Amino acid sequence: MSFDSFSDFLAMGGHAFYVWSCFALGLVVMLGNVIAPMLERKKLISEQLRRIRREEAKS
Amino acid sequence: MPRWFYQLASPRWCYQITGKLLPGFSIAALFLIVGGTIWGLAFAPPDYQQGNSFRIIYLHVPTAYMAQSIYITMAIAGAIGLIWKMKVADMVAKCCAPIGASLAILALATGAIWGKPTWGSWWVWDARLTSMLILLFLYFGIMALNSAIESESTAAQSTAILALVGLVNIPIIQYSVDWWNTLHQPSTFKITEKPAMPPEMWIPLLILVIGFYCFFAVTLMMRLRNEILRRERRTSWVRELLMQQRG
Repeated sequence: MSFDSFSDFLAMGGHAFYVWSCFALGLVVMLGNVIAPMLERKKLISEQLRRIRREEAKS
Repeated sequence: MPRWFYQLASPRWCYQITGKLLPGFSIAALFLIVGGTIWGLAFAPPDYQQGNSFRIIYLHVPTAYMAQSIYITMAIAGAIGLIWKMKVADMVAKCCAPIGASLAILALATGAIWGKPTWGSWWVWDARLTSMLILLFLYFGIMALNSAIESESTAAQSTAILALVGLVNIPIIQYSVDWWNTLHQPSTFKITEKPAMPPEMWIPLLILVIGFYCFFAVTLMMRLRNEILRRERRTSWVRELLMQQRG
């Protein structure tokens, strides 16, 4: 451990704002990159299932 | 051409193989990124000049690497699509763009936030920063061009050519710190030399770089699978797959 205490770790030697804002932003972008294709997949599957149902109803 | 090259051309085969590869890559990405970040943030020693603000390197360097690696992947996939008319390659190229753009934004943003306490300025029009900004604009241009053209194959061809032309920017980014006098520090990892920092600083960085490659593989495969499903939605195998989903 490179810090003496947890509050020391949070303070980042006075650079807390810079370090933590970077990593918070990083977390948001990474999660977005995972969640976006998940939602897309859900939407795609439900759309196609609806289309199949429509076609079945017609025939 | 080897057999796997032909198999890659089959969207169905790609869908199945990515389904098998996804869990492993996801677990690897999660462990490497979480582990590397904790190591870098809490256990690596502070920099003797920059103090703790240097820890931004653990996000900045991997994202900057990825923004460039993803661009190269996109250009190569685009070229394969152009030469061999391989549809899966076109899809890979298309899926690369938004991931690369988001990581380029992250690299630029973390660079700006790191620049403030280190150089005293959020932004300077320096060779490395400017060429990185051009990379982001290339991504935007490729995404805009792709969505502007209705025909999938024409869109793929045009974006592949744009991506290949833009490839010239990659060595410019890479060597900008050597060719011009810049504020930006030189590369952390060089093939021919040992890193200038001690191992307890660069090992977590290397772990994170590998973790980000796995992360890219995960997000690319997720997007590619969606793209395959969308384009192959009228085929019988996708229909069967959907029926299984319905249960």
